[in-house]
Amino acid sequence: MALWTGFVFVLVVGLDLVVLASSRLRGAIRTVAFQGAVMSALPLLLASEHHQTVHVLALALGALVVKGVVIPGMMLWAMREAAIRRELEPIVGFVPSMVLGAVGVALAFTYSGSLPLPIHARHTLLVPSALSTVWTGLILVMTRRKAVAQVLGFLVVENGIFVFGLLLSDFMPFMVEAGVLLDLLAAIFVMGIVIFHINREFASLDTRRLTSLRD
Amino acid sequence: MLLLLLAPLAFAALAFAIPSGRIRPRVLLVGAVLHAAGVAALWVLRPGPALGGWLALDAAGLLTLSTVSAVFLASGVYVQGYLATHPERDNRVFVGSLLVLLSAMTGVSLAQNLGLLWVIIEITTLATAPLIYFKHDALSLEATWKYLMVCSLGIALALLGTFFLALASAGPGGPRTLLLSDLVAAGGTLSRPWVRIAFAFLLAGYGTKMGLAPFHTWKPDAYGEAPGVLGALLAAGVTNVAFLALVRVTTVCQAAGEGAFARGGLLGIGLLSILVAAVFMVGQRDFKRLLAYSSVEHMGILALGVGLGGAAAAGAFFHMVNNGLTKGVLFFAAGNIHRAFGSKQVDQVRGAARRLPISGPLFLLGFLAITGSPPFSPFFSEFAILSGAFHVGRPVVASVFLVLLALIFVTMGSTVLHIVQGDPGADEEPRQFHDRVLTAGPPLVLMLVVLALGLWVPDALTALFEAAASAVRG
Repeated sequence: MALWTGFVFVLVVGLDLVVLASSRLRGAIRTVAFQGAVMSALPLLLASEHHQTVHVLALALGALVVKGVVIPGMMLWAMREAAIRRELEPIVGFVPSMVLGAVGVALAFTYSGSLPLPIHARHTLLVPSALSTVWTGLILVMTRRKAVAQVLGFLVVENGIFVFGLLLSDFMPFMVEAGVLLDLLAAIFVMGIVIFHINREFASLDTRRLTSLRD
Repeated sequence: MLLLLLAPLAFAALAFAIPSGRIRPRVLLVGAVLHAAGVAALWVLRPGPALGGWLALDAAGLLTLSTVSAVFLASGVYVQGYLATHPERDNRVFVGSLLVLLSAMTGVSLAQNLGLLWVIIEITTLATAPLIYFKHDALSLEATWKYLMVCSLGIALALLGTFFLALASAGPGGPRTLLLSDLVAAGGTLSRPWVRIAFAFLLAGYGTKMGLAPFHTWKPDAYGEAPGVLGALLAAGVTNVAFLALVRVTTVCQAAGEGAFARGGLLGIGLLSILVAAVFMVGQRDFKRLLAYSSVEHMGILALGVGLGGAAAAGAFFHMVNNGLTKGVLFFAAGNIHRAFGSKQVDQVRGAARRLPISGPLFLLGFLAITGSPPFSPFFSEFAILSGAFHVGRPVVASVFLVLLALIFVTMGSTVLHIVQGDPGADEEPRQFHDRVLTAGPPLVLMLVVLALGLWVPDALTALFEAAASAVRG
């Protein structure tokens, strides 16, 4: 069991690097969807006797549906509607951003062991995986120009926070977890609508054009 | 309490369902009036906790809620006139989102669980986005996108901070909860390093929502491009509830023995915000963006007040009310001036007092009030914070604060006087827009309230400021 869990964590971090390296939006969206689907197995793998079965099942299923199916589906739909096929144009090149991501991952794995966790971590890889994923998401939001890619970065940040939240899932109220997932869904929905309007208004999804407002 | 939360949602659903764009704003007005009545009932009844302690009414929450409700009521009246001047725009989403926003702001004021608090604050972000985009042009679209991305990322950091705080409570003997009262009661058992990390993340996260520097970048764009009524609601509602969230977090830090750390952070970021606002106000040619920087400044003052502790903390809560009401005056008046001149550029607007005999002078009075001129109430709250700074032995902070306030008075004053004074000149095509009861009335009434609060503060209100401050005071 622990071996499988470790494998999932490594896969999650590996997918972070794949997203950083992927030059095609469609592929990046699929990668993030796969990451969401993979990590939705974590609540089940990490479940202990303190957990209520229904709670764990609902969390895993909710994450799978929202992160793995609905959100990527919405984003792919938005891309099809907006007829975007061009590749990502990062502000920071793919190789530097991958190096940046790898450095973050290395730091997270080296130093998270020395963090004074007040509770017993369910798995040694949980905290470093969560922190590296948050870091990857932040890099994506900062270094990409396309609106869709920025939303994707936001999604990766949320994935990282989700993994971190598993540390607390035995006492985190279900209402809060459900609220977080629903908020994420609504946020992506609203962003999708705005992207749709940006595309219509500017005939491009390049956020570089959003520079009229400045001081 | 639950009714207060759900009624606006029901009205929002009703607003979405009504096909007529002329009747729909009336739903908003009815919702606003009922909400204000409900808040008034809360003042009298003071109900106990609901939903297993997840919702409760405390002093800080009641103050925030009352400010929100008052400004929303004024907005409800103002919107009738505003939407009447724009019959061509579909207002279905606008009215619906406003009511959802009202419900969410009510929820934040009442929420006692930090997880629930986070969920509702994120809803305020999402409900505001379509409101900023109401004009449906390229500039408002850009403002909406920046607002969404900056605030969503900030809020994501706040979620991480909330989880850190939960982790801090999960140690041996810890309460293992995000319920505020339990966290405060079990303060000593919280893991202090994690409380510090949590506070840093929450300060950045909710600070983004409040618009504190250096996380204020969304503010000038959003305030500049959104309708004036939304500017009022952002400045008096959304940013205030984010401040309330920070106050809640500070309370927990205080209980955990990290109060000095938290207050230090608030003090630093507060002073930085006032400084940044003062710098960016110089040479600002767009008067709505000017108001946005004024909002950055006053959020900074709130953080500074709580950061100083002592008597300044009570002053900060007083200032939260005053700033909210005065910002209502300023944004309503600015919206009227914008419409009457068809521009929000300072160079193209002159003689507002002549063309708009009520809104023009109100803009000037609002400016005098917000920059702390007696006898308006912000003078007294800023004075309380200033004298509080001397009392707790921070004369340097007090002096810097005073110098920055004077600087802001001068820079803001030159712009405002330019707009209000002078001869508007002959307009080539006489505009349809004039001061009317529905658009000039709400800022006038709010201005009178600000004046009244300057002349006399009811004892009940003073007691509330004290009660709210005692939770965060060192």
